Amino acid sequence: MKTKSDVLVIGAGITGCAVARELSGYNASVIVLEKENDLAEGATKANSGIVHAGYDAVPGSRKAVYNVRGASMYPDLCASLGLPYQQCGALVIALNEQDRQTVEMLRDRGEKNGVPGLRILEHNELLTLEPVMNPQVVCALYVPTSALISPYETAYAMADHAALNGVSFIFNQTVLSVQRNPDGLFSVRTPSGEYLSRVLVNCAGTSGALLHNQLSADKLEMVYRRGQYYLLDHEKKLPFTHTVFQCPSAMGKGVLVTPTVHGNLLLGPTAEDIDDPMDTATTAEGLQEVFRKAALTWPGISIRTNITNFSGVRAHLTTDDFIIGPCSDCPGFFEAIGIESPGLSSAPAIAKDLASMIADELGLQTKEKMIPYTVPALAFRDMSAEEKARAVARDPAYGNIVCRCETVTEAEIRAAIRRPVGARTIDGVKRRTRAGMGRCQGGFCLPRVADILSEETRIPLLEIKKGNGNSFILSGTVESFLKRGADCDDSEC
Amino acid sequence: MTQVITCINCPVGCRMTVLLSDDGEFLSVTGNTCPRGASYARQECTLPKRVITAVIPVEGSRTPLSVKTSCPIPKAMIYQIMGKLSTLHLHTPVTSGQVIVRDILQTGADIIATRSIP
Amino acid sequence: MTIRNVDVLVIGAGPAGLAAAIAVREAGIQSLLVIDREKEPGGILRQCIHNGFGLHRFQEELTGPEYAQRDIDKAHELNIPIECSTMVLSVSAGRCVTCVSAAHGLQCIQAKAVILAMGCRERPRGALCTPGTRCAGIYSAGTAQRFVNLEGYMPGKRVVILGSGDIGLIMARRMTLQGAKVLACVEIMPFSSGLNRNIVQCLQDYGIPLLLSHTVTDIQGLNRLEGITVSEVDENRNPVPGTEKHFDCDTLLLSCGLIPENELSLGAGVILSSATSGAVVDETFETSVPGIFACGNVLHVHDLVDHVSEESYKAGLSAAAFVQDRQADCLYFSVRDGSGVRGTVPQKIHRNVNAPVTLMFRPAGVYRNSSVVVECGKTELCRKKAMIFTPGEMSLITLKPDMLTSLESDTLTVRIERN
Repeated sequence: MKTKSDVLVIGAGITGCAVARELSGYNASVIVLEKENDLAEGATKANSGIVHAGYDAVPGSRKAVYNVRGASMYPDLCASLGLPYQQCGALVIALNEQDRQTVEMLRDRGEKNGVPGLRILEHNELLTLEPVMNPQVVCALYVPTSALISPYETAYAMADHAALNGVSFIFNQTVLSVQRNPDGLFSVRTPSGEYLSRVLVNCAGTSGALLHNQLSADKLEMVYRRGQYYLLDHEKKLPFTHTVFQCPSAMGKGVLVTPTVHGNLLLGPTAEDIDDPMDTATTAEGLQEVFRKAALTWPGISIRTNITNFSGVRAHLTTDDFIIGPCSDCPGFFEAIGIESPGLSSAPAIAKDLASMIADELGLQTKEKMIPYTVPALAFRDMSAEEKARAVARDPAYGNIVCRCETVTEAEIRAAIRRPVGARTIDGVKRRTRAGMGRCQGGFCLPRVADILSEETRIPLLEIKKGNGNSFILSGTVESFLKRGADCDDSEC
Repeated sequence: MTQVITCINCPVGCRMTVLLSDDGEFLSVTGNTCPRGASYARQECTLPKRVITAVIPVEGSRTPLSVKTSCPIPKAMIYQIMGKLSTLHLHTPVTSGQVIVRDILQTGADIIATRSIP
Repeated sequence: MTIRNVDVLVIGAGPAGLAAAIAVREAGIQSLLVIDREKEPGGILRQCIHNGFGLHRFQEELTGPEYAQRDIDKAHELNIPIECSTMVLSVSAGRCVTCVSAAHGLQCIQAKAVILAMGCRERPRGALCTPGTRCAGIYSAGTAQRFVNLEGYMPGKRVVILGSGDIGLIMARRMTLQGAKVLACVEIMPFSSGLNRNIVQCLQDYGIPLLLSHTVTDIQGLNRLEGITVSEVDENRNPVPGTEKHFDCDTLLLSCGLIPENELSLGAGVILSSATSGAVVDETFETSVPGIFACGNVLHVHDLVDHVSEESYKAGLSAAAFVQDRQADCLYFSVRDGSGVRGTVPQKIHRNVNAPVTLMFRPAGVYRNSSVVVECGKTELCRKKAMIFTPGEMSLITLKPDMLTSLESDTLTVRIERN
């Protein structure tokens, strides 16, 4: 089967979704191919969720430029998409006088990059701000504009908006081969067929260099850098209210302690170079390292309320900067490669630039009117009593609480499945609604969520998956197992 | 012939050594600390019995029917009984306490429904 | 929003909530309501289809659904209203309970007394910080039990069970009988916290090895579980390098402990005990918030439902007495865990108590030929010998009111002493 489009985007992470949304404002046919079965399945679902202010990147680098620009776009973007955005501020702490030099260097960098409001706070002021912080702290860079967002929810909303405006998202599309035909069209083969397009966009995350190297003579080398995390339960009063960084190293921004937009506490990440970009396992050593390093920020560290551990893999280029724009030796091929931190912060700006470059290339016209994004209803748990009462009166499915830990209703789960790019898996429902994201980790709600998914999508219960590949949650009916047991001669089967 | 078993009557969990004759007849037990242990050892080494419970599908109901044997059945017959249960075709309604199979495999035990499915 | 008034509101219609409600009604309270989040009353017993329930209370071995049905029938007989599919969103210190259901919308129920009987939940993988992938096929034993016994689905074919608590042992047998292969039951402690009976009848009967002093140290499988690594642990529960064993399995069931579900209690300002993770209560099962009572597994994790029913019945009587304004004196003894003892309930006893008080606790380890002793300063109040105390079995000792008269100190200590 051949499918033609003006633009083919490879990858539906935060960058691919942002690019798709920008492109949906033009009169062009746009398809996004994703190898996994949902959006945001790579680094987008497993990072710190921070909109960095932009003090860390070397002045003049693409990381610095896009970070500062992207960060400035987020408040409006989140407001228009109904997404959480919390400007909680960040602290980069110095635990000795040597660190103080680093902190001062970061302030100077930040000022060169155009980050507003940077200040150095001294010991006493810091302990007033964050009373459980390591009392050995000497000083810290205070970054008032550092903010928290929900990375995957941001990608979901952008993809939904793009889909509303005509972009197709096609899942389970591993790129088998890619070439630029003599007629100038790109041909991308996947297990389900061939996709032809005038422009190809590389937003392939950890596969970015592989894709690039198939079309360009200028080979890139990518390092897969894994980061492991702890996610602690939300509490009325979290021990920290700011994102607290330690001084950065060559491997990244180091281990941080931060609240999340949902009121959890996040500890991590590690920075380990690994061979397999799909290897998102956590390790005993990695988790111990996070614990040990986080304890430098938080000496009274307690992981008693740990909900889960996870890891994400960053796409690090050996050149240590983003590559953004047209490929030098392959016309019509546009790229966003090496989008590691501050990639989330930069994504809106990267997308804006790439889309306008692509529009120029293809001579695209902007649409007269885009279909506005319908902001999803407020989460039930965030409603006032009156709003809750009205919601249940309007739709009784709001009266059925499915996830007890995070107070997620049946109505919200159904809505998540019915979104333009809706949830098709247990994890997809979890990340769109928070059902199963709480302290019991789906122990109670999993069977119910699976039922609703099956009902809404007409996927038989036995084919409902947790996430990708063969991640089926069930193996058979009791009946089939009984028969299987009875057909065997011994109890071994 | 000796057999070592753990007593299940209380949390002490005495390790008991049972002496059996060549044809499997109970001769004596040591290691028990109470008479309940001795009688458990005799039963367990001659004819161990278990109550078994299971769920079986019922046409017309998403929830399967839970059942139990009305009395302990010989341990050696557990899989035969499970096999027999897999051949049953049940329909709603079922009432808790209802006999599903009378005297299953001539064990003297009935298969009893332990919940109602209307 | 609907606003209602009741004398006593019971949150939870499991064995605790039902027993409490029955007591409240039998004490003569007419205005009573039980609410439950599930579609039917019965709580976790609905999915516990194995037998062994009710030996103490009914002198016969019932299955979970049968045990629950007796209380449900009794509640119906007493015309106790039970509203199901209703989730409590909050409980205030002033005993205003906000709940929601599809049938009744958002309701605020103002109660004169509230009985917390929400039960407990299982410790998930996150609480264990087990490294590895986050694939499908890892379930708490209770989730698997629900799938098999209530939904009619099998979560997997080749199973390893982590934790040898009773639910894990029971699920080893359930999965085996229903046609799956259980490869091993892995326990980090040098002893099992399950009953001997379950070790024999759920593991040994089916040739399932019990690996004591072992734990899961890695989980493999990109999408669905493909295998796990099990390692021996040293006396500090740290894995010993070089002892790794691999199991090819598609399912890992976790039976690593239960946690009382006290989020609502905390919202009401109820003080919790760090030893039990349940409310601090006096011998009437009243929490630190007047008029709010707690019983069953939300108070402390029990191993026998018979004890849950007995305790909850008493809590129900206390709640009724509270409503009927028969309030006790407010001078208390505080009850302290001494050596070898964890999580004694109740934590407080009225000084002028006039009925026997049963103290319940978990031994901190395995103690053979020992006694439990209750003391007040240097005065020994009572002592009970046992051949064995184990953490897997809740221990009980009953104090008579006359033991508590003319005592100097206001602290009682419960401890285990070797004979």
